[in-house]
Amino acid sequence: MSEAYFPVGPGLGPEENFLSLEDILMSQEKLPGRVEAALPRLAAVLGKGAGAGQSDGIPEGAKVELPLWLAKGLYDNKRRILSVELPKIYKEGWRTVFSADANVVDLHKMGPYYYGFGSQLLNFDNPENPEIAQTILQTFIGRFRRIMDSSQNAYNEDTSALVARLDELERALFRAGQKGLNDFQCWEKGQASQITASSLVQNYRKRKFTDMDG
Amino acid sequence: MFGERAAELVRGLHRAADGHLPAFNEDGIRQVLEEMKALYEQNQSDVNEAKSGRSDLIRTIKFRHCSLLRNRRCVVAYLYDRLLRIRALRWEYGSVLPNDLRFHMSAEETEWFNQYKKSLATYMRSLGGEEGLDLTQDMKPPKSLYIEVRCLKDHGEFEIDDGTTILLKKNSQHFLPRWKCEQLIRQGVLEHVLS
Repeated sequence: MSEAYFPVGPGLGPEENFLSLEDILMSQEKLPGRVEAALPRLAAVLGKGAGAGQSDGIPEGAKVELPLWLAKGLYDNKRRILSVELPKIYKEGWRTVFSADANVVDLHKMGPYYYGFGSQLLNFDNPENPEIAQTILQTFIGRFRRIMDSSQNAYNEDTSALVARLDELERALFRAGQKGLNDFQCWEKGQASQITASSLVQNYRKRKFTDMDG
Repeated sequence: MFGERAAELVRGLHRAADGHLPAFNEDGIRQVLEEMKALYEQNQSDVNEAKSGRSDLIRTIKFRHCSLLRNRRCVVAYLYDRLLRIRALRWEYGSVLPNDLRFHMSAEETEWFNQYKKSLATYMRSLGGEEGLDLTQDMKPPKSLYIEVRCLKDHGEFEIDDGTTILLKKNSQHFLPRWKCEQLIRQGVLEHVLS
């Protein structure tokens, strides 16, 4: 891994980091909602062509799926423009599944930013927010042990099966664990003082070889 | 939906793992800026209409404004992250970049890289008395003054401090001063051999 590249990481809790690529991708995920007051001239944008109601506008009451960034931008406490609903996996039904056994759930499939997106949901004052926050926290606590153990014990093997069902936050933790493990093994072998080619150079050479073969 | 191309821009960069610098997505940036221009103009005209009575347009204006802010965020984050990668290149690779990487940078980014190099050089010269201190050397704690290296590709002649020249031919091995070889090892020309 490039050791001099320090990207802006995702924000904590209900705050996003403006420059974080991860947060941008996370806030691209969609959220179901309801238009509370008509939005003229925007029908084409949301794929709601001319229908009943105002010509080429989005009528009041229309059900929409908006990316998180837009929902955050249009939402206010009085719900004058938009009201939002919870996505399925943060609702009561799924919360019970998580509390039964958090380890079996495929968090990558449930929207790869389960923790990040869930934390953002707390920005919309929903009466279920305390329960949502609890569930997210307990889910993390339930899964963390296994992630830490597997990342610290999988040396020089194919880890794709281990990370397949992890969300992005968990994958970052796993990678951090693996890096620690690899660095330690390197030190134990006495290779810590070996000067190495930068990873960029190694990747570049690998790509050159595949170009020559293909 | 607005902001789709901006998200694509970010996604493409995010996919380049480990700090690798992909080619500058000039087309992508241009498309996002075009979308921003269209949104801005639509909002300008709707604001005029809203002022003369159509207050229901205010919500539409807000919608477009959110999209403008989103597009701006994506472009700024894209450019910033690329600068972080380019900065890493100076530390990992050295002050002369291979051609492939140079073609991946826009003119402004190249200019930024040159300025960064200069700032770093000025700073390093100001440390440690008259000679300055090369911070990009000895990134791993050195164990000895001289190291064993093997040549990975033909690199021609190489002069060391006492005047003798060494011929760096593929697979030849040499015992050389650490400070002369570090750059070449990082660039993949030599390989540090541990005894």
